Amino acid sequence: MTDNLIIAGKEYNSRLIVGTGKYKDFEETKLAVEASGAEIVTVAVRRVNISKPGEPMLVDYLDPKKYTFLPNTAGCFTGDDAVRTLRLAREAGGWDLVKLEVLGDQKTLYPNMPETVEAAKTLIAEGFQVMVYCNDDPIQAKILEDIGCCAIMPLGAPIGSGLGIQNPVGIRIIVENANVPVIVDAGVGTASEAAVAMELGCDAVLMNTAIAEAKDPIRMARAMNHAVQAGRDAYLSGRMPKKLYADPSSPLAGLI
Amino acid sequence: MINVTINGDTHRLDSDLNLNDLLRKLDIEEDKVAIEHNREIVPKSTFDNVMVGDGDNLEIVHFIGGG
Repeated sequence: MTDNLIIAGKEYNSRLIVGTGKYKDFEETKLAVEASGAEIVTVAVRRVNISKPGEPMLVDYLDPKKYTFLPNTAGCFTGDDAVRTLRLAREAGGWDLVKLEVLGDQKTLYPNMPETVEAAKTLIAEGFQVMVYCNDDPIQAKILEDIGCCAIMPLGAPIGSGLGIQNPVGIRIIVENANVPVIVDAGVGTASEAAVAMELGCDAVLMNTAIAEAKDPIRMARAMNHAVQAGRDAYLSGRMPKKLYADPSSPLAGLI
Repeated sequence: MINVTINGDTHRLDSDLNLNDLLRKLDIEEDKVAIEHNREIVPKSTFDNVMVGDGDNLEIVHFIGGG
């Protein structure tokens, strides 16, 4: 039975989306992405270093024809900066699917929601397909869905913190209310936490640091690949009810 | 010669360059970048027609690793 992730009309087999930052080099980036099984990778938009022409570029290692490149607005603290960045990204890559994040402050990297909503409206009016980083508030998530975002991406914990899913109730309510994919973006630190996100019913998980800052990033990428699949299967299976007391697994009849 | 700001730094350039000439001069592949010319995005198809002028401000960007 197929159980594909559909974002903005396109189908994906993998429910793991990975970032491409913080790796030792492009070779390690490539191997980790391959091990993760991800089909969507996030990328940042930055100035070309014109004093070093001919330097290797990310696209020399990850083929944009093979992977869906998801340009982000990391580092943008105003809606205007984020919109400007994504307009450039669209021209550089030629695709409309983008990840919008407008940050509120350096210390927490929590989203600035009023700026995020305004930037999302502008981008959607210009024809972008907007996957949006947001807080774990079901009301804000609904507002973003209603204005036309194609995926809602609440944080599990602060970006790069590796704290795991801090507000499972909020994430679960967002999932129950949403008619577009819900993707936990940020906060996952290890495989079990990716599984928790999927068991809550999220459609996918997006992570970068948990893989890139593991001692063995390629092995951790593989672990995350398995965890996301295991979590998805567990969610679809429907877990057993929790009980207060024991319930023997072997039949009591026929005991000697 | 003209003065042009590229990615925040001032450069002295010949006065008769279009954006494609500039990219060739900088050894940058056109299909890997996007250019903002005085805060306006320049469609790639028009790189040949957009001339670089004195005092212009250019941003040349590409994709790098990010989360």
